[in-house]
Amino acid sequence: MEGVFLAMVLMLSIFLGFELISKVPATLHTPLMSGANAISGITIVGALISAGGEGSAVSTWLGAAAVAFAMINVVGGYMVTNRMLSMFKKKDEGQSGGSA
Amino acid sequence: MSPVVINLWYVGAAALFIFGLKQLGSPATAVRGNLLSSIAMLIAIVVTLLNREILNFQWIAGAAVIGAIVGAITAQRVAMTSMPEMVALFNGSGGIASLLVGWAALYNAGNTTFTDITILLSIIIGGMTFSGSILAWGKLSEVMNSAAVVFGAQRFVNGAIVIALIACAVLFCMEPSVDSPYLYAILGLALLIGVMAVLPIGGADMPVVISLLNSYSGLAACAAGFAINNNILIVAGSMVGAAGIILTNIMCRAMNRSLANVLFSGFGAAKQATKVEGEVKPINTEDAYLILEAAQSVSFVPGYGMAVAQAQHVVRELGELLEKNGAEVTYAIHPVAGRMPGHMNVLLAEANVPYDQLIEMEDINPRMDMVDVAVVIGANDVVNPAARNDENSPIYGMPIINVDHARTVFVLKRSMASGFSGVDNPLFFGENTRMLFGDAKQSIAAVVAEFKG
Repeated sequence: MEGVFLAMVLMLSIFLGFELISKVPATLHTPLMSGANAISGITIVGALISAGGEGSAVSTWLGAAAVAFAMINVVGGYMVTNRMLSMFKKKDEGQSGGSA
Repeated sequence: MSPVVINLWYVGAAALFIFGLKQLGSPATAVRGNLLSSIAMLIAIVVTLLNREILNFQWIAGAAVIGAIVGAITAQRVAMTSMPEMVALFNGSGGIASLLVGWAALYNAGNTTFTDITILLSIIIGGMTFSGSILAWGKLSEVMNSAAVVFGAQRFVNGAIVIALIACAVLFCMEPSVDSPYLYAILGLALLIGVMAVLPIGGADMPVVISLLNSYSGLAACAAGFAINNNILIVAGSMVGAAGIILTNIMCRAMNRSLANVLFSGFGAAKQATKVEGEVKPINTEDAYLILEAAQSVSFVPGYGMAVAQAQHVVRELGELLEKNGAEVTYAIHPVAGRMPGHMNVLLAEANVPYDQLIEMEDINPRMDMVDVAVVIGANDVVNPAARNDENSPIYGMPIINVDHARTVFVLKRSMASGFSGVDNPLFFGENTRMLFGDAKQSIAAVVAEFKG
């Protein structure tokens, strides 16, 4: 029954994802992609549970390695997305920021 | 915290992810959207750490600090032109994290067969995301040859790998154990299939691969969510999966090819396009300046060549001079220009071009007849009129930016070599086309100097 419930969650969030993303303008495709990429680092939650759990030594190591990789994904992804987005400016917002 | 409270926090985090993604949909709110989504991530992480199941913090702290430092430094340092390979690497690290989470979940007691299957899925999808992303990184950063590698028995080999993968998975599920030899076989095959999937894709098809790998990294997290029975992984992972699929679809449509065609066929050079005969008309920067100086409306059409030449800043400079001179300046962006979705937009934004001057293909084409000068910078296939007129052309049917409808077309190009697809471009021989040979950055800088001088 648990599996069925999770499958329901999966189905709904896929539809929601399609609805949310399909309206994004082409200008924002790259930040959208790297922002979504950062969200896929959510796997860090699973990594934390494995690394901190009372399982065997091997599962702790696997978890710790997963934490490191997922953290690269999360921190790097959000920072790079923020860096890109802060460069997008409208015409009247002045020409400050960025490199010349 | 009790599991119920933890899960309630996860619900809150999921809501923030959804809001964040929604706000990413408009340039005005996108920065806030990204911030909301990062807060959601922070909540998910902190709540998980407060979970009673977590006893041992040294490993976590060490690993998290290392990961955060590596991520932060690369995110700060990377040049905007190298963004495609950066995204590929981040995708890869997300993929291997999901693989490791799945693998570690095998050590949990009392896994059902359903759980075992989802564990294998997270290992397989995570593994192929990882190896595929590393290969994509290699191709994009030109550490290795970026062309498509196609060999005769490819489909046969891929089919064999998939069958072997399924067989190993079935055998593993019949007798699951952490040191089952089938587990190692599955790990190896998953990495192999990722390599095989990216190998036949190259050059201008890379935007499709990047979007697809992005989707896989989400699906891997989603499978890991099933493996450890965690809602937030499923919600966040599947939204990323959906986002990647949508981008993949947009990229395929912009090339008028099916996903299967992009994934399996390399580039179909089977057809021989009608040979183009004619004479190209070269122009020097002085004459280019005189024409631009008289123009009322100028549209820049950038392609991957602009990224290679790092010409975005000097293009913006020329754009500003033209505006001061009274011309209307636009930038026409083809959806697959560059090596990832939206590549040109990011480069031009970096050079301080306001985003309201970036015009999408469907919006610029109807106005093209009114454009005095279209300046093509390092783009080729996306402005090739053969896609419209020549049924024999391999790119026939691909939507293009109709620069040939502009009154004058400048094409900035190193030499007469054809584009990635190796297709001749009749645009170069057009009546109203002038070729400005040389490095794009230097050519434009020379025109800018004429303006100032």
